[in-house]
Amino acid sequence: MATQAEAYDIAVIGGGNAALCAAMTAAEAGARVLILETAPKPYRGGNSRHTRNFRCMHTGPLGPLVEEYSEDEYLSDLLKVTGGKTDEHLARLAIRTSEECLPWMEEHGVRFQPSLSGTLSLARTNAFFMGGGKSLVNAYYRTAAGLGIDVRYEAAVTHLELNGDQIEWVDFTYEGQEHRITPKAVIVASGGFQADTDWLTRAWGEPAKNFRIRGTPYNRGVVLADLLDQGIERVGDPTQCHAVAIDGRAPKFDGGIVTRLDCVPFSIVVNKNAERFYDEGEDVWPKRYAIWGRLVAAQPDQVGYVLIDAKSLNLFMPSVFPPLKANTLEELAGMMDLPADKLTATVAEFNAACGDTSGFHPTELDGVMTTGLTPPKTNWARPITEPPFYGYSLRTGVTFTYLGLKVDDAAQCSTRDGKIKNLWAAGETMAGSILGQGYLAGFGMTIGTVFGRIAGREAAAYAN
Amino acid sequence: MQTELIREARRQAEICNACRYCEGYCSVFPSLHAERAFSDGDITQLANLCHNCRGCYYACQYTAPHEFDLNLPKALAEVRRDNWESFAWPQPLARRFHTHGGAIALALVIGFALLLGAIRAIGSSGDEGFYAVLSHNAMVVIFAPAFLLPLFSIAISLRHYWAKVDGEPIQMSDLMAAFKHAGKMQDLAAGHGEGCNFEDEDRFSQGRRQIHHAIMYGFLLCFASTSVATVMHYVFGMHAPYGFWSLPKVFGISGGILLTVGCGAMALLKLKSDRELGDPSAWGADIGFILLLGFVGLSGLVLYALSSTALMPALLAIHLGSVLTFFLLMPYTKMAHGFYRLAALVRDAQRKRDVFLVR
Repeated sequence: MATQAEAYDIAVIGGGNAALCAAMTAAEAGARVLILETAPKPYRGGNSRHTRNFRCMHTGPLGPLVEEYSEDEYLSDLLKVTGGKTDEHLARLAIRTSEECLPWMEEHGVRFQPSLSGTLSLARTNAFFMGGGKSLVNAYYRTAAGLGIDVRYEAAVTHLELNGDQIEWVDFTYEGQEHRITPKAVIVASGGFQADTDWLTRAWGEPAKNFRIRGTPYNRGVVLADLLDQGIERVGDPTQCHAVAIDGRAPKFDGGIVTRLDCVPFSIVVNKNAERFYDEGEDVWPKRYAIWGRLVAAQPDQVGYVLIDAKSLNLFMPSVFPPLKANTLEELAGMMDLPADKLTATVAEFNAACGDTSGFHPTELDGVMTTGLTPPKTNWARPITEPPFYGYSLRTGVTFTYLGLKVDDAAQCSTRDGKIKNLWAAGETMAGSILGQGYLAGFGMTIGTVFGRIAGREAAAYAN
Repeated sequence: MQTELIREARRQAEICNACRYCEGYCSVFPSLHAERAFSDGDITQLANLCHNCRGCYYACQYTAPHEFDLNLPKALAEVRRDNWESFAWPQPLARRFHTHGGAIALALVIGFALLLGAIRAIGSSGDEGFYAVLSHNAMVVIFAPAFLLPLFSIAISLRHYWAKVDGEPIQMSDLMAAFKHAGKMQDLAAGHGEGCNFEDEDRFSQGRRQIHHAIMYGFLLCFASTSVATVMHYVFGMHAPYGFWSLPKVFGISGGILLTVGCGAMALLKLKSDRELGDPSAWGADIGFILLLGFVGLSGLVLYALSSTALMPALLAIHLGSVLTFFLLMPYTKMAHGFYRLAALVRDAQRKRDVFLVR
């Protein structure tokens, strides 16, 4: 087995936002840092490539963010989506630290832009990266190179040797050879396991085979499994994840933002039996998009069908695939392989339950609701009557899984016997420490940035 | 127009419209995001708004090897070149130069020959300075049509463009907005003002913007030099040669230096850039055009420096020959881009004005 000639203080496993924040922080503290990124260079950056913003607390206008977004409001938004399954101590740490992260990100090359068209509702809470997540990743790699950080692409870590309370060495393959390095400290920032379909299937059963993975195909949880097998403290339920409902025609991996569908609030959604199953108008879409992945996953064959009519076509952001289009509901049912008589009955029942629609307002909760219908539609309930009719299929799109490494407020990992003195974790691989379920837009980048910087600081302090 | 180039640009624009991450970079994206479907005219307008800064390419999570295979700077560059060829008048000249650097070189040689021939055939009747080689009247007879005919041709091309992009009657404010944008080369600066991604992958640099400024303002100074001299000649009866501190000389020399240095630097910059992020078939001819423009500047400076030597008549023929070639090729080479870009910015100012009115 070949050994690495250079001696590094810190090995960072992973190459996305959390890994880069950790690496830069550690290098600035004087540590010699090596990044082991399993993806090839064009796919570097993990899921961060697909991100677009950073949810940030601020006590006054900050960068692109307007007004204020307090710690308590942020926390309450988080508690709403997680149903209280949140570690409040760590959540408050992430929220409170997010404010100082934004200028730090700018100092390290990230540039922000005003809230994108179609996302005005996020202008106060989420700072958008100019050019999106890949440009953030590019900027960080440039800054990292300037700090003397070495990066190995297509370097797949296979094993971390845990001996008592420390990691002894790191094994990885690179350029067809096996390597072993013995850094003083290790930071794991290699994401969840969602791209390993077998693991997902073990957790979810057969339905997992119908899931799409919205982000990188390289987050297969190899390091996570290796560490959990060695008794490192875990957190989270393997079926919990950030999952949204995406266009059923999305590629298996890496479809990213363009496969999302924003039309649900103006639609009715049915399953393969042409039956409605949830209130499509429960809340504004940015607050509900993250629950629909699980809703669709619970339906037969893990598929849903969205139906709108002509009057709603221009009310939502276009997605990458054009909708199916038909002049009658029967024809549309045929195109979507739904029972036509049942679909027309469902639509007729829904239409009959719609009331006065004069108060319809697409961007706010308008209270235009159905009466006497189960499940109800509590906002934006307008009858589906105006041809042509449009349809999309919906699949569950997994962003990242929550089963991960349990960390403390120093981002440090532990076993049942106590802390591991030279192992830290950041980003999606430890996000389950904060997110028990549900998801808040832009919070993944907050966790990655905050805990990446903490891990880098702590690991450098240890290594120095 | 080539439908497959438009179709490919439309495919990519539809993906961009579902993403929108690049909205802050340049004029293309806000314009793109204002539409849900893209007509040929929309694609034409987007293509001519694009300044090929490449920021969107390096920021894109869907570039190859991703199956979506986005390369918007290339798709729009190809549509743009096809636009310019399709709108050019007269058509027999339209497709001769944008993809043929050799044709530009050949045209330059012909330009030299024409000027030498003119000097031999017409010569002068004993004026001083350059007019001793070729009389002022002869120069006017050659260059007035050589300047006005291409402008006439470009005007026709722009009318074709304006019809394609559904342009509206132009207001002063549209022109002001477009000139302001072009004067700062805002679309080579990215939304954060740090420049474009050209010579070193995703590194932002002001290199291309500053070099483009040197060329553009150098060219405009040279043009101002000639214009001022024309006014001095006809209005004030002040005839060349002019002294070093005269306006024509001050504009001409500073402009010539900017133009020469700028074109040399632009050629070097283009050598460093990735050809696959532009229109690969136009690469050689673009370099040819840049060298021609640089040669106009350089030969003018050399002519000035050696104007009192025996080399002057030959240098005059070479300089004027390159100027003649440059002007005549204007509608059919990269030079056309300046006019189309400006037209696209005027149209974009109208779009923003209309959005504002609707709101």
